[in-house]
Amino acid sequence: MSLLTDGAALEATALRCTRGERTLFSDLSFTLRGGDLLRIAGANGSGKTSLLRIACGLLEANGGAVRWRGEDVRRLREDYSRELVYLGHAPAVKDDLTARENLEIACALGGIAAARVDVRGALASLGLAGCEELPARVLSQGQRRRVTLARLVLARAIPLWMLDEPFTALDPAATDRVRALIAEHVARGGSVLYTTHHEVPIAAGRASRIDLGGGRP
Amino acid sequence: MLAAVRCILRRDLLLAARRRSDVFTVVLFFIIVASLFPLGVGPDPALLRMIAPGVIWVAALLASMLALHRVFAADHADGTLEQMLLGATPLGVTVAAKVAAHWLASGLPLVLIAPLLALQFDLDQKSLGTLVVSLALGTPVLSLIGAIGAALTLGLRGGGALLSLLVLPLYVPVLIIGAGAAEAAGSGLGGEAQLLLLAAFLVAAGAFAPWATAVALRISVE
Repeated sequence: MSLLTDGAALEATALRCTRGERTLFSDLSFTLRGGDLLRIAGANGSGKTSLLRIACGLLEANGGAVRWRGEDVRRLREDYSRELVYLGHAPAVKDDLTARENLEIACALGGIAAARVDVRGALASLGLAGCEELPARVLSQGQRRRVTLARLVLARAIPLWMLDEPFTALDPAATDRVRALIAEHVARGGSVLYTTHHEVPIAAGRASRIDLGGGRP
Repeated sequence: MLAAVRCILRRDLLLAARRRSDVFTVVLFFIIVASLFPLGVGPDPALLRMIAPGVIWVAALLASMLALHRVFAADHADGTLEQMLLGATPLGVTVAAKVAAHWLASGLPLVLIAPLLALQFDLDQKSLGTLVVSLALGTPVLSLIGAIGAALTLGLRGGGALLSLLVLPLYVPVLIIGAGAAEAAGSGLGGEAQLLLLAAFLVAAGAFAPWATAVALRISVE
């Protein structure tokens, strides 16, 4: 079974990104097809997050283009973001809402139709059973992270996942769970682009890696 | 798309309900500012009646200014704004829903409390009605215009003061026409013309401001 049977691909060509005076990367190209797993590696400040933000269309590259199904992602806007899950640095979890409410809202914003049972199931599968109705304020850093990541359980039908440091603040059990989610998605024919400092081996699909190098000169 | 609009409205109102102090601050500020004038200028009924529409409008304007920086700040800080930018719904629609929720939580209470404040100024029945209608039509315009400023100053140091400088001049036409409506009604001319103008402002702002705000948000988040 493949989600991306129509051959949709994310193509980045000759990307260049500068921050102030400094060039983070230039002439960076990659193609991400169904079943591809691409890890962006590099030191702090080497531009991993910038690359991810460029790929999802939040940030405009200083040169080059990112195309999805052959069209510029900055022009596609919501037609592109409907096929994309982006989990950034910030958890996007509201303190005053419960874990369940947070996940339901994140799904509604992302255009993922999820029934309440599914939402509970997703939270439970990340080890948050019993915490569904607690306000996020009382959850720990790792638990908030899990609330964010629970969206991946519900986002099976969305082809493109972009995850910025998904393993930060997670314990080994949750790390394994997220690793399994990523592996399943790639096996299903989805594509995953992620950054991480953790050496978490994921054995799935066609895995490759971009090294942005040492960062600050 | 409707589901997303409903979801954002429900979410923002739920957040406002769980942070009621924010709503009360705005309302109390409105009440206090409007009450300072009778204390300051003295108890002459004729004078108070004359300045009432202007004072209440200025107080409402300042109070809505006070709440403005909150429209996007929290969502920007915790990353929800990025998710909205990458949402399945066009950003202009998302923004319109957020501004609507913001007005319901911070503008509508001002409209509802205004008749009570007008009592302090001995405002007659006819101008009072017109004043309330002018606030009901005018405060959403303030929220819509203010959202553009809030989006532009997002994440800036000292953004609050800058926001006031940016937005207050844009509020001037709404203030003139809004306060003018109640004055015209009080003088027997009838404020219908001003109210219709305000309604036209509301329609125009409702159609264009969310899209301008969306563009400003994309710039700020980069």
